Amino acid sequence: MQHADSSGSVMTQAEAPSQQSTSSSGYSGEANSREANSRLGADQDIILEMRHITKSFPGVKALDDVSLKVQRGEIHALVGENGAGKSTLMKVLSGVYPHGKYAGDIVYNGEVLALRGIADSESKGIIIIHQELALVPLLSIAENIFLGNEISSKGIIDWPETNRKTSELLRKVGLSENPESLVSDLGLGKQQLIEIAKALSKEVKLLILDEPTSSLNEKDSDTLLALLTEFKARGISSILISHKLNEISRVADTITVLRDGTLVSTLDCHAQAISEDHIIRDMVGRSLSDRYPPRTPQIGDAVMQVRDWTVHHPLYPDNKVVSGVDLDLRRGEVLGIAGLMGAGRTELAMSLFGRSYGRNISGEVMINGKAVDLGTIRKAIDAGLCYVTEDRKQYGLVLDQSIQRNIPLANLNAVAQFGLIDENRELAVANDYREKINIRCPDVSQQTINLSGGNQQKVVLSKWLFADPEILILDEPTRGIDVGAKYEIYTIIRDLAAAGKSIIVISSEMPELLGICDRLYVMNEGRFVGELSVAEATQEKIMSMIVRASA
Amino acid sequence: MNDETPETAGALKAKPKTSMHFIRTHLREYGILIALIVIMAFFQFMTGGILLKPVNLTNLILQNSYIIIMAVGMLLVIVAGHIDLSVGSVLGFIGALAAVMIVEYDINYVVTAIVCLAAGAAIGAMQGYWIAYFKIPAFIVTLAGMLVFKGLTLWLLAGQSIGPFPKNFQLISSGFIPDLFKAEGINLFSLSLGVLTASILIILSARSRMHQQRIGIVDEPFAFFFAKNAIIAFAIIYLSYLLAAFRGLPNVLIIMAFLISVYTFIASKTTIGRRIYAIGGNEKAAKLSGINTERLTFLTFANMGMLAALAGLVFAARLNTATPKAGFAFELDVIAAVFIGGASMSGGVGTIIGAVVGAFIMGVMNNGMSILGIGIDWQQVIKGLVLLAAVIFDVYNKNKA
Repeated sequence: MQHADSSGSVMTQAEAPSQQSTSSSGYSGEANSREANSRLGADQDIILEMRHITKSFPGVKALDDVSLKVQRGEIHALVGENGAGKSTLMKVLSGVYPHGKYAGDIVYNGEVLALRGIADSESKGIIIIHQELALVPLLSIAENIFLGNEISSKGIIDWPETNRKTSELLRKVGLSENPESLVSDLGLGKQQLIEIAKALSKEVKLLILDEPTSSLNEKDSDTLLALLTEFKARGISSILISHKLNEISRVADTITVLRDGTLVSTLDCHAQAISEDHIIRDMVGRSLSDRYPPRTPQIGDAVMQVRDWTVHHPLYPDNKVVSGVDLDLRRGEVLGIAGLMGAGRTELAMSLFGRSYGRNISGEVMINGKAVDLGTIRKAIDAGLCYVTEDRKQYGLVLDQSIQRNIPLANLNAVAQFGLIDENRELAVANDYREKINIRCPDVSQQTINLSGGNQQKVVLSKWLFADPEILILDEPTRGIDVGAKYEIYTIIRDLAAAGKSIIVISSEMPELLGICDRLYVMNEGRFVGELSVAEATQEKIMSMIVRASA
Repeated sequence: MNDETPETAGALKAKPKTSMHFIRTHLREYGILIALIVIMAFFQFMTGGILLKPVNLTNLILQNSYIIIMAVGMLLVIVAGHIDLSVGSVLGFIGALAAVMIVEYDINYVVTAIVCLAAGAAIGAMQGYWIAYFKIPAFIVTLAGMLVFKGLTLWLLAGQSIGPFPKNFQLISSGFIPDLFKAEGINLFSLSLGVLTASILIILSARSRMHQQRIGIVDEPFAFFFAKNAIIAFAIIYLSYLLAAFRGLPNVLIIMAFLISVYTFIASKTTIGRRIYAIGGNEKAAKLSGINTERLTFLTFANMGMLAALAGLVFAARLNTATPKAGFAFELDVIAAVFIGGASMSGGVGTIIGAVVGAFIMGVMNNGMSILGIGIDWQQVIKGLVLLAAVIFDVYNKNKA
């Protein structure tokens, strides 16, 4: 301990003078940035250097002495578990936390930036695209792209010019939409591209993308990544925050790994091949020998049979969202439903769960050999079904309320007598799940809005486990949560199956399905187009089933 | 799996059990009580002690009773994420209905009261039906209700005032509970009731604190606990002493106390209350948790209608006449009281006690400013600013947290 401390302080001392010198050369280079850059790093053309950034919040250091260099025209991936400080670092860079609210320097094109807000960073060509898209659904593409930046004279908008420029920008991102069509009519993938077109309209030099592909299907993700590669050639640098390591290893030139607010490593992808395991090891600070917990399935009798299940779109009744689906589920089984975004998986799950989606629903459901009526959510819960939503913030949690209040929500009567809530029992239940499922929180009176994604997901899971279902439908159970928490969720799923529950997992991440399921259905355009045991399934097989069905 | 993310580590550290921390997290709850006390002290001083004179205090309660009765129902409506603009008109309409039934048709006042309450509940249910099952925004449905029942009041009264009511009916508002002890100069029974209420409250909160201690989740420092209870107990006993020195506790105060305790109980201790808060907090999540959101919304409005009807009876009895103008703009006072009391416009947040205190803040200001001879013009301005300040304070607090 002593030794480590002293060596640490030696390091900082050794670094201190060099820090001095680099920052002074940064200042001197203000007048002529090109010269300064060439002096700084031999043949490298560095667009951005963040030096020794430290940002504290009351009671926690979100960033501790993090440094980062981005070269012109590279894709720089930023990875780390949730809460590792990636978003905080990007908020510092984009001026959300203005100059003076953090320690350290941002050197951009050889100039030390003192940003006062997002408008400042955008005017310098640093543009951040957040995970939750910032588009106005009921405005047109053109209106969105030039929102706040309208092409106008004397306050009157020049629509022909706006539309012309929009078409041009859309072409650059590979879209051929009409500039006047509404954003709400586009899919998520295209909306993401609109955001990028918007960034291009502001003459972006450094594009920051926060989890851009987390809600995209593979095809849209590929388009997006190809676009980033294209930008490289045009000298636009990108910082890519992502949990999807396969995508990162595909496109990134450099990878920076953060953990608990500190810089763990900066990996140069051209110098050597970087394995995903290497990145994971750096991210979690331990080796995850296996990303999925080992499991021996014990599969019993049939539990649920769905026959000829058909669902129509709630707004367009002619549109079949799910058509003629037959599904069989056995006790202790983990059943996966693979498919692209929009294949109808969520719609299938929600329509089964108390008809919470769709209209003109037809078909039959048998649970334990008996036909059951799942006409309302209450009936579905009573029949032993539960649905854990893909969107925990919108559909899963009452965010203003505590963990203690969220957990019993689907089964309030179990903590009440004659309609009177027994708060002791409620607290005991919450603490019980907190321990069993490892919800990390100071205590269960914590508001769920303050929890990290993984812990929120655990609260939603706890809520449904307390309702004591026999069949759990988990919709994207690990979306947007970090590697460590994912493993925990997989372990919970395994243990539930071992305890005789039957589980349906909907996921867009095929490796995840292959890692945790026993059997897979492949869904496309509202139909089940294939069934595979996990032993015979590969990503290629699944994809080819989808493609063949589409063709 | 024992890696702490900074968020959770921060949260762990951010919870030292200090008084300062406690004040910060509970600023709103105490803030509103302290605000009421400060406002009362201010007017007590400015009016040279008139504010807390027994006669004035009795008046203060009578004047605000119908607002408080409606605020209780409105709190639930607002917590559920809706609003009810029709309560003022419904109050007027029910007053008119009672007047027509009692004065013109000579129907027994008990029967009338029951019919009126049922009519109020039916009105609320009708509006709630469209809001809950047809998803018509409450603002629009109740705005329509406001116009409809204002019109129906006029029609029912044919533009005239109808009164007076028989003595027994007036007692709802103007009666006082009898002094069973028959002491000289002071209503000893009323005073004893005050002392009894204070004692029960202290015992209840001591019991819940002891329970919290047993399972180790106390976070209120003892000094706070003691001071809060001491102040509340003192206030109740002192106020009931003042009231006892005049004519005792008004009947309507008993009705209010009953409603406040029943609805506080429902809001905080029952599954129904819990579900209403869940609906207001996140309706979709509540629905997907198997909660019958439509039925609860419907019932919340039916309940609001019934309480508006009760307020209508109280108001008519107090004026001793039903006038076409009764209830005009009352909904605004009621809604203001609920928001001053800390409820959130987006639903899911608020307490019955908060709403009641909010109503008293408005009431004390009305009363105090009238005594001071401040014109109705400036009274409105000041009340408006207080409402705005209270909500700004809320939002500021929330953003800081």
